[in-house]
Amino acid sequence: MFSLVRERVKYMAVTGVKRRFETGKPLNISINLKNWWKRNRMGYLFLTPFLSLFTLFTVIPVLVAIGLSLTNYNMLQIPKFVSINNYRLLLLDDDVFLVALKNTLVFSVITGPLGFMMSFFVAWVINQLKFKGFFSLAFYAPSLTSGIAMSIIWLIIFSGDRYGYINNFLINIGLIAEPILWTKDAKYIMPVVIIISVWMSMGTGFLVFLAGFQNIDNDLYEAAKIDGIKSKFQELWYITFPMMKPQLLFGAINSIVNSFGVFDIASAVAGMPSPNYAAHTIVAHLYDYAFIRFNMGYASAIAVILFIMTYSLGQICMRLFKSND
Amino acid sequence: MGTFKIGKFKKRKIKIGKLLVYICMLILVAFTSLPLIAMINRAFMPLEELYLYPPRIFVKNPTFQNFSELFTALNASVIPFTRYVFNSLITTLATVFLTILVCSMGAFALVKYKPDGSKAIFSFILMALMFSSHVTQIPNYMVINKLGLINSYWSLIIPKIAVAYNFFLMKQFSEQIPDALLEAARIDGTNEFQLFWKIAMPLLRPAWSTLAVFSFVSNWNDYFSPLIYISRQAMQTLPIALQTLSGGAGVVARTGAVAAATFVTTLPTIIVFTIMKGRVMKTMAHSGIKA
Repeated sequence: MFSLVRERVKYMAVTGVKRRFETGKPLNISINLKNWWKRNRMGYLFLTPFLSLFTLFTVIPVLVAIGLSLTNYNMLQIPKFVSINNYRLLLLDDDVFLVALKNTLVFSVITGPLGFMMSFFVAWVINQLKFKGFFSLAFYAPSLTSGIAMSIIWLIIFSGDRYGYINNFLINIGLIAEPILWTKDAKYIMPVVIIISVWMSMGTGFLVFLAGFQNIDNDLYEAAKIDGIKSKFQELWYITFPMMKPQLLFGAINSIVNSFGVFDIASAVAGMPSPNYAAHTIVAHLYDYAFIRFNMGYASAIAVILFIMTYSLGQICMRLFKSND
Repeated sequence: MGTFKIGKFKKRKIKIGKLLVYICMLILVAFTSLPLIAMINRAFMPLEELYLYPPRIFVKNPTFQNFSELFTALNASVIPFTRYVFNSLITTLATVFLTILVCSMGAFALVKYKPDGSKAIFSFILMALMFSSHVTQIPNYMVINKLGLINSYWSLIIPKIAVAYNFFLMKQFSEQIPDALLEAARIDGTNEFQLFWKIAMPLLRPAWSTLAVFSFVSNWNDYFSPLIYISRQAMQTLPIALQTLSGGAGVVARTGAVAAATFVTTLPTIIVFTIMKGRVMKTMAHSGIKA
């Protein structure tokens, strides 16, 4: 009995795909189907929980979002098809969305590349220092914290009265005479949100990079020295960068997705809606239309635009950090 | 003599350079850790120190007064703070456990059984890495709503089990399990489920413990899901509870409790990470995406 099972399992595992081509002649469809089922049964069985949840909560939702974006839907009545009307409204008439788009882009352009480069550079430096463990914990700790919890502290730091740490510091050294309303004045809101976000998001990429350095063979650096590479920066450019491409890609995709998804820090710091929409982001706009106004069609159009933006940027990064091997 | 001098000169120059690097790094460390240090100190400050002018970062007379206010005084109100801690704990732990189980199983099957269509499945997962969870939020809300799970723990758990990133991490690792080992176990009469549970899972331990850390951190801190799925205050998790506690009327009276609550919300993730740090670092070395 056991040997039979073993034989079958062995057949499945060892012969796998190869067998299909050898015996794949259309002798008998039912036998082929049986073989196919035998070969794939365990794989599909193990994958079923993941695939069904992934389909239900990721694949179908993306398709549904695209479909809904072409309708008017308020969760009570049947969706009404309106073609590309939502997109036209969104891009041509919705001034608040354009503000949100602008804010998100400003935010992403600064925090994405800046956070990415800073975390790479810091990881590179730390990798060569003593007390690596201490430094890496100090840099990673902020990304372990909750955006809401930390924005409470940051709100105290940036508090608009004399009790705020920053105002107090700036008044003490004589740079300003009157406290600045950091989180109320539309002029300062975005910079404050950016500082907090960079503080919080440096860690994710940082950890991947720091770990990636450990993958690089030390012999490579030795060989490069013989080949005439002199400075640390040449080493970085000619060896570390090419060797780190997979990690860089991972970090880049991560920072794109995170920076375009900015919402909780912005809304916690500046409120929702923020003064003069100064911290209104795409996701804030999405949340507003979806879960406050229950205009699901319109909100889905926002989601689709967000999807297109992060996905195309992700594709660009894929090209940029393509591994050559 | 001459060479000796040059050598010495060079050494000093390098030392000064190194020193500068350390100083720069310490300034950066101050930037990353001062808010955390302030947060920890504020949690132990007595009320009069919290309102001191000029504001202080370091506590002078540490007390547990804020914690007792948070856990006893506020407990007398409608919903005790411990309830939020419990909500956060139970949903986070359930999500971590289920995502590890489901993603490891799937990744193991994808890599080791290679059923037809695995390539397509994996490219879908890579694609899913490239968009934020906000894109799927509306249809997810509709699904959860249809299933009648609004205001239940399940609404915070089910949508976050099959996460592309978690699957990706486990897949990178499953590839390193030697086929010969699995084959040997099969010959010894191990069935496929035992193979996964007794052989693959122990081998994948560094990977899934890393996943546990990340999943714990992201679910513990998740703000968007409870915001949309949970409207009953008694079912809320810590981030929302913290926001309610810190905002709204009567903020002034609760400054101490808020400081303590911030501490309670932040501490578990830092502890979990510190314990698992070594393992996480080893695992992350394999997290790159080869395009």
